Amino acid sequence: MKILNATLIACALATVGTATAEARDLTVVSWGGNYQDAQRKIYFEPFAKLAGKPLLDESWDGGYGVLQAKVKAGVPNWDAVQVEAEELALGCADGIYEKVDWDKLGGKSKFLPAAVSDCGVGAIVWSTGISYDGDKLKQAPASWADFWDTKKIPGKRGLRKGAKYALEFALMADGVAADEVYSVLATPEGVDRAFKKLDELKPNIVWWEAGAQPLQLLSSGEVVMTTAYNGRISGLNRSEGKHFGFVFPGSIYAIDSWVVLKDSPNKDTAMDFIAYASKAHNQSKLPEYIAYGLPNIEAGELVPAKFQTELPTSPDNLKGAISLDVDFWTDNSEALTQRFNAWLAQ
Amino acid sequence: MNAPRLSKQVISLALVAPLLLFLIVFFALPLVTMMKSAVSDPVAARTLPATARSVSSWNRTSPPTVEMQAAFVADLRQISDDQLFGDLVRRLNSAKSGFRTLMPKTRKAALDTAGSIDLVALDKRWGDISYWQAVSVAASSKITDRNLLAAVDLQRDASGAIASVPADASANKAIMLRTFVMALTVTGACVLIGFPFAMIAASVDGWKRQLLLGAVLLPLWTSLLVRTAAWFILLQDRGLINSVLMQSGVTSSPIPLIFNRAGVIIAMTHVLLPFMVLPIFSVLIGIPKNLMPAAASLGAHPVRAFLNVLLPLGLRGVVSGSLLVFMSALGYYITPALIGGAKDQMISSVIAYYATGAANWGMAGALGLVLLAATMILYAIYLRLSSERETSP
Repeated sequence: MKILNATLIACALATVGTATAEARDLTVVSWGGNYQDAQRKIYFEPFAKLAGKPLLDESWDGGYGVLQAKVKAGVPNWDAVQVEAEELALGCADGIYEKVDWDKLGGKSKFLPAAVSDCGVGAIVWSTGISYDGDKLKQAPASWADFWDTKKIPGKRGLRKGAKYALEFALMADGVAADEVYSVLATPEGVDRAFKKLDELKPNIVWWEAGAQPLQLLSSGEVVMTTAYNGRISGLNRSEGKHFGFVFPGSIYAIDSWVVLKDSPNKDTAMDFIAYASKAHNQSKLPEYIAYGLPNIEAGELVPAKFQTELPTSPDNLKGAISLDVDFWTDNSEALTQRFNAWLAQ
Repeated sequence: MNAPRLSKQVISLALVAPLLLFLIVFFALPLVTMMKSAVSDPVAARTLPATARSVSSWNRTSPPTVEMQAAFVADLRQISDDQLFGDLVRRLNSAKSGFRTLMPKTRKAALDTAGSIDLVALDKRWGDISYWQAVSVAASSKITDRNLLAAVDLQRDASGAIASVPADASANKAIMLRTFVMALTVTGACVLIGFPFAMIAASVDGWKRQLLLGAVLLPLWTSLLVRTAAWFILLQDRGLINSVLMQSGVTSSPIPLIFNRAGVIIAMTHVLLPFMVLPIFSVLIGIPKNLMPAAASLGAHPVRAFLNVLLPLGLRGVVSGSLLVFMSALGYYITPALIGGAKDQMISSVIAYYATGAANWGMAGALGLVLLAATMILYAIYLRLSSERETSP
């Protein structure tokens, strides 16, 4: 606690310090791992060269409080940040992001409607679902029922630590149809049912937090299957010759967006960077490294056919997949997280 | 006569001033701020003044009156600061899930139309009395005990009486208790390993002592994260330890060492061991070396000599080492998060969730306050016990 306090104040002082000092370099924050490696190659380095100014990149694991604290402290030490859908919704309502200059980006009509917001520009469409090591697992899992069936496929399972996703997947494993998950979860009985289903699997779950962890757990054989982000799976298959599989039916897709933190000293450069990373030509390079869907409609069309089939946005992969219900989670995140933490501790 | 003394005092004060300033800025102030955030709750009273006046006469059980609704809409129209509005929404949503989407919708409607608004027609949630209860509770007072109560799994029910939270809704007490048990276990393990190690290090000379102390100090200079990650590699099912055990035929299947309590205790003991060894070593090094031979010459068995001579003399080091290790262990976060399973998370992970995940600084402050209070009580008990031991014959 003491350490936490001291760090908070130190952070606050550090940001005050940077405010009075010369403007610092543009700082872009994303989700680390092989995803950020790809972004560095196709966005960060070319943009820095183009602008003639250095670009710093950092990574984070999410958490709305992190962003809110940075903006509250005065001048934030991050400029452009890639955020998840709820962080976009929460922060936009709280006014901690700069408004997006859509003219710079060529107009809203160039993007998927779900990727357009007052405060953020869609960066990727990504999916969370079952992944497994095709070399080690002879019988591939096909559904969440298989994920829960430890007799059919013995071994540990990895899940992202948090109520979000775990509850949805538990309901699907319990036989709820994918498109009814959120209407069931909106009732207290539905929540009870999800936790009861999670109880069954609890002794066999390994919880992960950062997006690079499930890949490591699968590679080391610590788990036989795990939830993971689809792009990282195909990225690893390509870079390290693995044969990891990803199950699209029953997966949940969502959009991550670029935002600029309020009162950022580099807000214009940050907006230029977002415009650069949203250009069709630049964005279309991403699927070669990591299989995420592209919010820029033209960019989606530029992607070579061999990479198209791996994207969460391809028509085949959308079958049986559902979209994350952002409104449900902005409302219920705190109460369900508290219950989830209590459930974990029991 | 007095002047030189005074100037001496001024000089010594000036000498400690940097430390004092440092402590105030980096320790006292943040502590006070966090404590304050645990109990202060001014945002709703500040942003909803008219609502606060009109709900004071409401009995919190009948349907909300027309005046209350009108006052609420009027208040919403007055809020011009988006971040302040965000604080209000967060405060209300943490009492009752649903305000997150309800409030922006209502505010937008209030700003778009000039006249009165039928809130229930706008969103049926406004017909649910529990939303109004949450608004009424939040708006009527600038200080609150809800965070402190929630930190120990209590809440106020509709009538205002203190009641416990349903067992499956919150587990702060259990996690708090676990934190203390784990910190104690680590401290015990550190004493068991650290004392013999310090004894050996104090009894040898030259390069041997340098080597032994180096073995303790070197890890101390390595980042905590690196050491934890190293333990992850060693302890996992196909890691070094299990591979060796399985290849040598000791076990046929891997021993579970990771994602459980054993792994966390092993890793935390290793990380904190220097804080135990160094204080004990510095005490033992000051004990005359001829005491043990003297005890032996009087016929004491080595075990008896250890128990009656070396252990009591070295106890001061053990006590200060234990305090250092125990206090540090209480706040551990990274090691349990990476090595531990779901049942090995300590209270700092809950605090971190409220601070960085939910931006609920009130709850983070309250949990910190409860942890601090519990630690202080333990420290007071320790002081009491140690002073009794010193005065007793």
